[in-house]
Formats: sequence, C-alpha cells, structure tokens
Amino acid sequence: MAEQMSDDDERQQSPPSDLDFTSNKARTCIVTGSVSGHTEFQSLYPDQVLENVLENVLHFLTSRRDRNSASLVCKSWYRVEALTRSELFIGNCYAVSPARATARFTRVRALHLKGRPRFADFNLMPPDWGAHFNPWVLAFAKACPWLEKVYLKRMSVTDDDLATLAESFLGFKELVLVCCDGFGTSGLAIFISKCRQLKVLDLIESEVSDDETDWISCFPEGESHLESLIFDCVECPINFEALERLVARSPSLKKLRLNRYVSIGQLYRLMVQAPQLTHLGTGSFSPSEVAGQGDQEPDYVTTFAACKSLVCLSGFREIIPDYLPAIYPICANLTSLNFSYANITAEQLKPIISNCHKLQVFWVLDSICDEGLKAVAATCKELRELRVFPVDAREDSDGPVSEVGFQAISEGCRKLQSILYFCQRMTNAAVIAMSRNCPDLVVFRLCIMGRHRPDHVTGEPMDDGFGAIVMNCKKLTRLAVSGLLTDKAFDYIGRYGKLVRTLSVAFAGDSDMALKYVLEGCPQLQKLEIRDSPFGDAALCSGLHHYYNMRFLWMSSCRLTHQGCQQIARAMPRLVVEVIRSADEEEVYDRVQTLYMYRSLEGPRNDAPKFVTIL
Amino acid sequence: MPPLQLSPINSSKPSYIPIPILIITLSILCLLQQNLFLLYFSPFSSKHQTQKAWLQQTAKKRKQLEKEAMGVGLKMTMKGGGGDHVGGCDKEKMGFEETELRLGLPGGGGGGGGGDGEVVRKRGFSETVDLKLNLSSKQDTSGIDPNDEKVKGLHQEKNLLLSAIDPAKPPAKAQVVGWPPVRSFRKNMLATTTQKSSSEESGEKAALVKVSMDGAPYLRKVDLRMYTSYHQLSDALAKMFSSFTIGNCGSQGMKDFMNESKLMDLLNGSDYVPTYEDKDGDWMLVGDVPWEMFVESCKRLRIMKGTEAIGLAPKAVEKCKKRS
Repeated sequence: MAEQMSDDDERQQSPPSDLDFTSNKARTCIVTGSVSGHTEFQSLYPDQVLENVLENVLHFLTSRRDRNSASLVCKSWYRVEALTRSELFIGNCYAVSPARATARFTRVRALHLKGRPRFADFNLMPPDWGAHFNPWVLAFAKACPWLEKVYLKRMSVTDDDLATLAESFLGFKELVLVCCDGFGTSGLAIFISKCRQLKVLDLIESEVSDDETDWISCFPEGESHLESLIFDCVECPINFEALERLVARSPSLKKLRLNRYVSIGQLYRLMVQAPQLTHLGTGSFSPSEVAGQGDQEPDYVTTFAACKSLVCLSGFREIIPDYLPAIYPICANLTSLNFSYANITAEQLKPIISNCHKLQVFWVLDSICDEGLKAVAATCKELRELRVFPVDAREDSDGPVSEVGFQAISEGCRKLQSILYFCQRMTNAAVIAMSRNCPDLVVFRLCIMGRHRPDHVTGEPMDDGFGAIVMNCKKLTRLAVSGLLTDKAFDYIGRYGKLVRTLSVAFAGDSDMALKYVLEGCPQLQKLEIRDSPFGDAALCSGLHHYYNMRFLWMSSCRLTHQGCQQIARAMPRLVVEVIRSADEEEVYDRVQTLYMYRSLEGPRNDAPKFVTIL
Repeated sequence: MPPLQLSPINSSKPSYIPIPILIITLSILCLLQQNLFLLYFSPFSSKHQTQKAWLQQTAKKRKQLEKEAMGVGLKMTMKGGGGDHVGGCDKEKMGFEETELRLGLPGGGGGGGGGDGEVVRKRGFSETVDLKLNLSSKQDTSGIDPNDEKVKGLHQEKNLLLSAIDPAKPPAKAQVVGWPPVRSFRKNMLATTTQKSSSEESGEKAALVKVSMDGAPYLRKVDLRMYTSYHQLSDALAKMFSSFTIGNCGSQGMKDFMNESKLMDLLNGSDYVPTYEDKDGDWMLVGDVPWEMFVESCKRLRIMKGTEAIGLAPKAVEKCKKRS
C-alpha cells in the first residue's frame, strides 16, 4: 500500500502501518548531524533542534501534496508537519474520522470537507445518505477551538451545527457552503448573530429552507468586517433595508452576490454604497413589481461605471434584457461573467461580449446559440473556462448549440483550459479540432444530451473525438464523456490519459473491457463515476491494485452483483463498499443498483441509513 | 398536501376499478391544467424535489408504460369521485396519496436507462408513513411547500401522458433520472425564470401569497390568479389544510360573511376562518371585497381559529356597510 500512494495523495490519515519506522532513530541522527554540525547539540537535543528547524521551515509549505510527501519522510517530519499544517483538506469525510483528524492535526485553522459523491446532485441517491457535519463540528469544537475557516461541499449541515460553529469558535471568520443542505434561515440567523468576526459567508448552490427568519438583520451593529457575502441560492425574500445598512457599514466588502428577490432598483442602491466591490451578483436584474409608473429610473450606467474594481459579474436571475446596457461600462474590466441564469439571445449578448476582451471565465446558457458562441470566440481571446448550460435540459429538446459553436470556440479561444458543454449534437471532427487547437485543456466535459448519440454527420461513435482529446491534451486531468461510445474510446483513455484524475462515464461502453482499460491504464485515477454502462464484476476486479489510491468509485445501474461486490470487500479490508438500493425494503434481484466505494481508515460508518448496506 | 384528484392506494379495495380510460385521461388533463400555474409560480424546494424525484425513480418496471398510466388514471379518477370527503381525509390517506403520486409517474421511475433498468415496485407502508411524517414534522423543511413537488410530479406526468396521447407528436422518450446531469437547482431556476418572463409578456403577474394556518407546521403558497372566485379559493385552501373548514359556502360563496348573523354563528364555533392582510397592513376577513379587488390587495393569507377572528368581523361588516 505504501508504494502505491501517489503524489496526489489527499488523505490526511496516518501513514499505513507497514511503513517502516524502526530505522528512524538512526536516520534522525544522521540528518541532525548534517544540519547542526555540532557534536554536543547532536547528542543532547537532536530531536528538538531538528524539530525547531523543521517547524520553521515547514510553515512555508502550503501545498497539501507537498505536505503529504514531507510527512512520509520520517516520524519526526510527520510530527512536525502535523503541527504546522494549518489548512486541512479531507476529500471524503468518511475516509477518516473527526477524532483521528483532530488527534493528528492540532493546530488547524481551516477545514475543508467534502461529503456526498457528485452523482448525488442528480437524484441518483436517496437523500439522507449521510455526510453530516455534526460529528466534525463537535470534534473540532473540543480539540481545535482556534478554527477560523470552514469550507464544506455536499454535506448536511443542520441549524444546530451552525449554532455550534458560532458558539465554539470565537475567532471564526469564514464559512463557505457549497451544495450543502439541511439548514435554514433560522440557522443562519443564529450563526450570524453570534459570529462577531465574520468576514466571509458564502452560500453557493445550497438549499436553504425558508424559516421566515430575517437573518440579514442579525449581523451585529457597528462596523462590520464583512468581505464576502454570497447568498444567491437563498430562495426567500430578505429584509432589504437591513441589507442596505449592512453594506453601508461594511467598508471591506468585496464580494456581494444577491438573490433573485433583490430588484434592479435595490441593486442600484447597494452599488451606490459599495463602489469598491470586485465580485457582484446582480440579483434578479429586473424591476420589482411594485415600482410605480412615474418613478424615475436611476442611472444604472453611471453606477456601474463607478465600480471600477468590478471583475466578476453574475446573477441576472430574472433578467429583463432592456437593462443589459447598464453593464457596458465595466465589460472591459471583466474577467468572469456568469450569464447561466440569463435567457438571452445572441443579439442581446453581442454588444456585451464584444467588449469583454479580458474575459477568462464565461458561463452562459445555450440560448445564445452557435452565433453567440462565435461572437465569444471572436473577442474573448483570453478565455480559460467556458460553461454552456442548457435552457431546456431534456434529452429530446431542440439543441440551439452544436459542433458549429464548439468549433468556433476552439478556433478563437486557444488558451482554453476548462470546458463544460451541453449540446444535442456533436461531431468527432469538432472535438478533434478542439483537441488540436486547445492543447492546454485540463478539464474537458462534453455532455451530448441524447443518450448513445453518435456523430450526427458520419453516424460513427464518438470514440475518435474523445480519443483525440486524451491524446493531444497532455495536461488533461478531468474528463466527462457522452454520446455513443464503444470500448475503443476507453482504450484510448487508458492508453493516453495518464494524468486523468476524474472520469465521468454515462451510457457508454460495450463490455467489461472498457472499464478494464481505464482501471489498468490510468495511474492517476482518483474519482471514477459511472452510470448505466454494461460493466460487471470482472471489470470491477480488474481494479483491485488501484482502489486504495482512489478517493472513490461510483457505479450505478451497471451489471454488478452482490457476489462481485462482496469479493471486492473481502479482498480489500480498508475499502468501504456501500451498496445503495432504492428506498424500498425488498431486494428481489441480485443486481446491485448502486455501488459506492471509497478507502477509509475507519471501516464501515455508523450513520448509514437503512437503504445502504456496507459489505 | 396533494390536490384533490389523488386517491389513496388501497389495494385491499379492488371495487374501485375498472373505469373507462377516456374519462380518466380527460380528467387527468383537466386536473393537471389547474395545477400547471401553481407549479410554475411556486418556488421549489430542492430537497423535497430530490426526495420526491428519488422516490419516483425507485419504482420498479413491472408494468408497461400504458399500464402505469392507466393505473394512475384510475386512481386519479377515483379520487375525483371521492373529492367531497376531502375534509374528512385522515393523515393516513394523505401519506398514501403522496406515495400514490410518486408511483404513478409513468416512465418517471425509469431509473437507469440502459439495459436492465429498474422494475416498478409498490412502496411499502413503512415508507409511506415515513414520508408523511417527514413532511409534517417541523424540521428545517417547515417553510417549504410540499405541494410544489407533487404538482411538479403531476406536471412531469402530464408531459409524458400528453406526449403519449397526442397523435401528432412522436412519443417522447421517457426521461431518465438525473440525465442530462444538470443540478435540479439550476433546472428549477430556469423553469421559474422562463415562466415568469412569459407571464410578464402576457401582461399578468403571479399573485403569490403565503398561506399560514394556525397550528399547521408549515406554510403554503397559493397563486391567487389561478382562481376566479372565493369559492374556488376556499376549495383549494380546504384541500390544502384538510382540517380546515370554512363553513357553509353556498351559492353566494364567501359573501355569506356579509350576513352578520350568519357570520356570528360561524365564528362562535371553533371553525377556522380565512383572513388576509391587505396592502395597508390591516387584517380583514376574506370575502369582504369583490374578488378582483381582493386579488390586487391581498398580501398574505392566514387561516385563524374562529374564536380569534371575532374581532375582525365587525370591522369587515362595517367596511362593507360603508361601501354599500
């Protein structure tokens, strides 16, 4: 197991027991000798000198991968590294227990936890599967009271957890919740009122239940330290007057993302108070319904122009395109623009995008059609990340974007690093063109919404397109495939995708060979999520050598059986093999509906719901 | 709480079956039409969405698509027939109804689209009870409108049924769970915004108001523009809050409230009384003003205990006396 730990090891657990520590003492002495050079120091305080030096040096080490490597050198380094690690990242909250984490890392300031697997976002798993923040907050409250920052992704956080967070950590500064759920506005209210030093409160794509509490008013009076307030996902009205007062007394506020209950008139009032904003989420971007007929429209253009530091714009939740010209003055400064909730046409986009020369991140709906994408390609030469979302996310909807826009982007935006593209039709030629034009691609996610859809011009499977991507894009680490794919595509991935860490597969492949190619060929593979593909137990067994290196494997609606999964569970004791079935009690068929397995130091978790069986 | 057209799954009472399919489909269409607007204008609770969606997906495919539709249709019609006793509907049935809705979604239980997908299963009783309890207990889901998801379910159903029925269009592919992989959060947002923009173009605005009932664990929301009279509104509210009784709404609808003596009789009982907060912030009895004016001025609804509403009555009657 030790020799198979990749550099990309994101586990924060203690090194495996088979790692040799017995020869440490000898090694330590030798190292000390070379460092200090004084014999008396060497014999009296070898470990202490070393540790002091190490501590000072290791403080500078920030990358967690480097830290993981450093901790493997010897016991001393392991100890010192643990003392100096201030940011703790745990990619799977069940891989290690809170007790173990707090025992090893005692001086952690920032905690970054990820919970549910990504496919849970698409209703492929019953809710209440787990990933509770509660045990973590309790453990850290006892062991690390100087925790300042918590970043959670796909975890269940309750109102009580928020209260505990605010009460137990006096200097708490930053809370970022991405795709979380389980809490409501009353939890927010408690958290905000007790957290006097709060600088960052970011709620991103989380579900916040409406408990009818006015949480905005709960910010303590007086000058606030607030630097970032993101609540665009909160689906309930807010007390605007309280928000206005809050913004007025927050001189450090740089990021503000409003929800769709804030009208454009209200946005205006906020922007007037906060011209120093760098990131702005514009709320609904339409007038409120109660605006009187005779009211003068405020001068939006000037207000936007006054925000000279604005580099990131989003929101536009209920956009009235007539108001778009308001943002013309700042287009030239924008590096990030998120129109993914704005149902606008190419004609409405063009005047804006033609000014966005510095744009690096662009999220948009496919309502802009291929023509809009061509306009993007024509201007945004610095584009690094593009995401095109579907307005109508169904398999058989009309697809306004196609390979035409895709190819235009590849020709215009040569520096592209990350692309997420939803479309109804695609050709191998366009994908191959992108692989050649954009060699810097790190993330390539193409979703052809029709299942098993081939190249619509040649009728062939999309194998060659994805093959070209893995062949030509040497830096590729994340890949999501779609369309009609045979085993050949996976052969390419296994052969050329040597840096691929995350792979998402749906409705693809012909046989077990496809999965074998990938498991045997991709040494860096960490996260593999597969759905509705014909892979069975034999394929699963072909990855035994690699599963301890992976964060997780998800396979749903494939051809796995209970016996096959049992085999894996028996062969690999440190792997937690969860079989998730539908909420129904009866399991007539031997077929496994969903397999979710991950490495863990703790063995089976004790909070598994009824529909999860751990083998 | 599910709309009236749902019926309890009670396999021990086979006597409700069989009924002609045509009537079923027509009734489905009519009933679903009503709920369409409610669907679009209510904010969605993704959590419940997820829960409901998940439960849909767990249906095993034992029957064909048509059979499922028929099953649903049958159940829907049954409920339509039994709609009168909705007031007396006990919570057990409510739970079953919810289950019912989920199961009935043809193709919605498609689950994994490839090869051997899932088979339609009847959900066991325990899940029904769990689901019902989950919804009615005051967790962090209290503010959420469970009606939304059911309506959404109906809407999806309608999509599938309509496309299956409409001879002009080729039958639509049954939608697979979680495909395309767009988060429900995003899907819901887009559904809301596209609908809102189209309704604004037509010159109408959704008149969404919150409805709270004393003693109920969660709020509901209604779109007043969906109804054209107090009678319809009272029916809808009655279905939402099953223990809610508005008293006798005869042919005059809520204008009965204008009659002082009848009002007194009503309020002296322990019946619930609907009240609303108007633009001025005053709490008035529903039924006070002409329907159109009510829709314009109503900001929120509250269903109070009759005994509490007594203070309002004279004012309401006074106001209408002044006007007349």
